[in-house]
Amino acid sequence: MRIIKDTDIKNAIKALFISLNCEIGDDITTALTNALKIEESDTAKAVLTQLLTNNKIAREEQIPICQDTGMAILFVEYGDKVVVDGDFTKAVNDGVREAYIDGYLRKSVVDDPVFDRKNTNDNTPAVIHTRIVSGETFKITAGCKGFGSENMSKTKMLAPSAGVEGVKDFVLETVRTAGPNPCPPIVVGVGIGGTFEQASVMAKKATFRRADSENADKRYADLEQELLNSINEMGIGPAGLGGKTSALCVNIEYAPTHIASIPVAVNICCHAARHKSIEL
Amino acid sequence: MSIKLTLPLKKEDIKKLKAGDSVLLSGELYTARDAAHKRFYDMVNNGESLPINVENETIYYVGPAPAKPNFVIGPAGPTSSYRMDKYTPMLLDMGLSAMIGKGERNDEVIKAIVRNGAVYFAAIGGAAALISKSIVKDEPVCFEDLGTESVHKYTVKDFPCIVAIDSMGNDVYKR
Repeated sequence: MRIIKDTDIKNAIKALFISLNCEIGDDITTALTNALKIEESDTAKAVLTQLLTNNKIAREEQIPICQDTGMAILFVEYGDKVVVDGDFTKAVNDGVREAYIDGYLRKSVVDDPVFDRKNTNDNTPAVIHTRIVSGETFKITAGCKGFGSENMSKTKMLAPSAGVEGVKDFVLETVRTAGPNPCPPIVVGVGIGGTFEQASVMAKKATFRRADSENADKRYADLEQELLNSINEMGIGPAGLGGKTSALCVNIEYAPTHIASIPVAVNICCHAARHKSIEL
Repeated sequence: MSIKLTLPLKKEDIKKLKAGDSVLLSGELYTARDAAHKRFYDMVNNGESLPINVENETIYYVGPAPAKPNFVIGPAGPTSSYRMDKYTPMLLDMGLSAMIGKGERNDEVIKAIVRNGAVYFAAIGGAAALISKSIVKDEPVCFEDLGTESVHKYTVKDFPCIVAIDSMGNDVYKR
């Protein structure tokens, strides 16, 4: 058995959220730099140059990449031999609160979605997905999700007869409808299979994968590449102003599902795909 | 080459702009996003006068992050404009000249832009840290209880934008 103090969790979460909001991953920098090399229009080149400059300023001055510092989302691999000394959920929310207040991040959470819509003023509560794993592991993958792109995301239950063509049609239709709104070039997370909610969670998890990663199953890796090519042929382009780079990557996660369905979720993320992992 | 423009915009300047033009805006503008727009809309429908005169003014759809000590403002990039579409024709008919945001507008907004000889600019979504460098002054104006959604007056210098919908209704997103 391993004991982890709640204060260690809180401090780790605080540090993670401040740094992930100010420092974009090297995978995104590489993808944007590669996009700049293939774009031909002056507008597309100007947009990509602005984004690379923006991310450099954010890192150097330790200010957020985007004013929408999002909702705080965590995927936690919680070892079954780990005991948290204190309250785990409270530690996470205390870490988020301190990060958003002390780190000059925007507070974007309202307490009630329909009636009050009153800002909680500390960006809590965080959205926490825990998975119990065997052993003493305690791994946190954290990200912040802006809602310009979150609002463009969709989940649909397909019939098995729709097959891979149905999956492709739904992903492409979702991206085409989103157009310029989700701050392209986008990161596309796709969850296929499981249940209604499981597909959505997998799609979110897929957006937290590196832009240069691919699915371990070659069939899904090929599907990722095919969808990416089709999206980039749409011509949406950087900032939606036209060009060859509409998406930086398509990441697919899949799971076993029911004999009667192919659940498909498409979670769209902007070019500022901000996430980091830490193991305690 | 970018076209340098001074805010508030003159009607003759707006007429010359074509969808796709790059511009650098300098001068004063107001900020307002979802919650402030809803309040404007409700106030007008209740027969109340607005706390700001929108005539000939520019509204920037933004909710900035807090400023660090010694910074004028925190990162302040555009938010998606379509969420303001419900409220925008009313403001354009009251004399609003220009809007800055990102993404598409609906047909009602485009018609109101043409009817009033207005213009819609797009700033680059996600370039918030960079854009904050072109904001040289930030003053609170009203609705302070809305926090990041409150209305402010910014003084901007060479704020980079693209003409997204010009006064003739040409739309850069529909090309």
